[in-house]
Amino acid sequence: MTADKKLEKLKNAKKIGESRSPMQDAMREFRRSKIAVGGMIVVVFVAILAIFAPVFSPYGFEVQNLRNNRAKPMEGYDITETYAEEKCHWYETPLEWGCTVFIAGSDALGRDLFSRIVYGTRVSLAVALAAASVSLMIGLIYGTVSGYAGGNVDNLMMRLVDFLYAIPLLPIIILMTVYFNAVSRQGSESPLMIWLIGLDKAAGGLLFVFIAIGALNWLGMARLARGQVLSYKEKEFVEAARALGAENGHIIFKHLIPNVLGPLLIAESMAIPGYIFLEAVLSFIGLGVTPPTPSWGAMINEGYSGLRSNPHLVLFPGFALSTLTLAFNFMGDGLRDAFDTRLRGRN
Amino acid sequence: MTKYIIRRLLMAIPVIFLMILATFVLVQAMPGGPFDAVGQKSMPEHIRILLERRYGLDKPLYEQFFRYLGNLLQGDLGPLFRQPSSSVNDIVAQTFPVSIQLGLMSVMVGFILGIPLGIIAALNHNTILDYVTTFLAVISVSVPTLVLGPILIYTFGVKLDLLPIAFWGADPPFTLGFLPPLTSTFFRHAAMPVFSIGTGMAAGIARLTRAGLLDVLSADYVRTARAKGLQERVVIVTHALKNSLIPVVTILGPLLAGAVTGSFITEQIFALNGMGRRFVNSIGQREYFLQTSLVLVYGLLLISGNLLVDVLYAWLDPRIRYD
Repeated sequence: MTADKKLEKLKNAKKIGESRSPMQDAMREFRRSKIAVGGMIVVVFVAILAIFAPVFSPYGFEVQNLRNNRAKPMEGYDITETYAEEKCHWYETPLEWGCTVFIAGSDALGRDLFSRIVYGTRVSLAVALAAASVSLMIGLIYGTVSGYAGGNVDNLMMRLVDFLYAIPLLPIIILMTVYFNAVSRQGSESPLMIWLIGLDKAAGGLLFVFIAIGALNWLGMARLARGQVLSYKEKEFVEAARALGAENGHIIFKHLIPNVLGPLLIAESMAIPGYIFLEAVLSFIGLGVTPPTPSWGAMINEGYSGLRSNPHLVLFPGFALSTLTLAFNFMGDGLRDAFDTRLRGRN
Repeated sequence: MTKYIIRRLLMAIPVIFLMILATFVLVQAMPGGPFDAVGQKSMPEHIRILLERRYGLDKPLYEQFFRYLGNLLQGDLGPLFRQPSSSVNDIVAQTFPVSIQLGLMSVMVGFILGIPLGIIAALNHNTILDYVTTFLAVISVSVPTLVLGPILIYTFGVKLDLLPIAFWGADPPFTLGFLPPLTSTFFRHAAMPVFSIGTGMAAGIARLTRAGLLDVLSADYVRTARAKGLQERVVIVTHALKNSLIPVVTILGPLLAGAVTGSFITEQIFALNGMGRRFVNSIGQREYFLQTSLVLVYGLLLISGNLLVDVLYAWLDPRIRYD
């Protein structure tokens, strides 16, 4: 038996008083909170729905059945219609009943609301992921550079953040989105715009929603990252690295960013419900996804004018939106409590 | 303190200038102009040129910008292209009071509901009362105006027929320009929109109050106060509560920004003639002056709100010194 294997065996041995890494500690803490675990399960479930949307929905999101429009939930229709036979994903499966009734009703164009809600998870989750990544990337880089550079550079960079905090970004972002939509409808010669328009098409018309939400939210992340870097760069281990002759790049990537990333990720997970809302708001006022891609905000907007006679067209997407954000909120709270050692043992 | 306020106000000037500049350039850069079409038909070339000359749109951009700035300094927010009989000033005069009343009342509801709930949760830490309050707070944070508004309208407006659905229960002129008449009509109209924004705010405030109070309750000076044999009520009210509410003030800034976002949606859902609705409805049009001016008004609101928060903060917490 070599020394390596012995060490391996020692590591695997279950001993009383075995030491736990901070990560394991946090995971234990997270699992203790049932509500946070419940939130995580819902999020995972929604992610599965989004990935396998065609399996979980009877129809495609764009399939119209104009003869059966504005159907009430669970309202049935004739399955022998070629429409149901040809278009229904569930035809000739045990779930065939889904082809004969509109589970959650149908909208003004006779599209199955249930299917559209299921496909709508894709937009919400994509926004949650992409906007979080955009704001994390910008905030992390900006804040780290600002905090690490210090002095005048730091001052200047933080004044820009202060400036952006002081102005009403949402109306300006809305105007920028309008500008981009108008330009992309009209076509453009500039290579940058052509590239952006192509990218937007690939993202299902959501590119500017990603950019808008990311642009609105990187400020807080940048401040957080800067604060963390400011405190870490004075720590002994950074001092030691510098004494050993480490380059700035090495210190930033190997020593600072790994430490800064944790709090930022937790802040992002707390911010995700806000991103999902913002996408719904933008879609609601007609600046989000391009039809017929379903987004819960756009669906609320479409159904809203008929609230009196067909409340389900608003209530079901609204319910879906609230459930997902609720799950993210519980999960985010759980993560924060689990990783915040200051709170540990108090709850 | 006066010095600090004056310095902040001076610092706001370049911010406002840059904000106007950015918005002005952005709206003018949009493809197409305000006079491209009459109804479904396209505008004859010579009439379009005449109209553009009438509003000075044929001049170079910088000239237009400085003319707009000059007019702003004289209190003129510019003309409306679609309704030549009224100006942007008229629109702001109509819509600003509605938005500000909606926003202020929502913030008030947020504080009135949120602070007591937060205190109750913290004082009954880890009991069923705490769990229920916290749970309710997370739920109301998760149900946005976009969802809560239609639910309220459907239950109280349509099914129960208790509250009026659209419109605002008061018309200008208002006392001091924004104070509404406190009639029952006004409150009945305002109830649902205010509630739909206010609950989310209350939830945020409750969570913050709870966390703040819990933090303070484990502080040394509270232990000292208890050790002195003070009554629990005195310990809580005069020692703990005052300090725990300081962080709550900071949320006023984000709340104001949230009230802006909220007004876009709430005014749309409840069909209120406020600034947010005007702004959203104007995005498809090329109303250069209306859009720039509304962004300016939002900016002024945000800047003065943030200044108010900082002043309040220093006043509440004597340890904070601005100089």
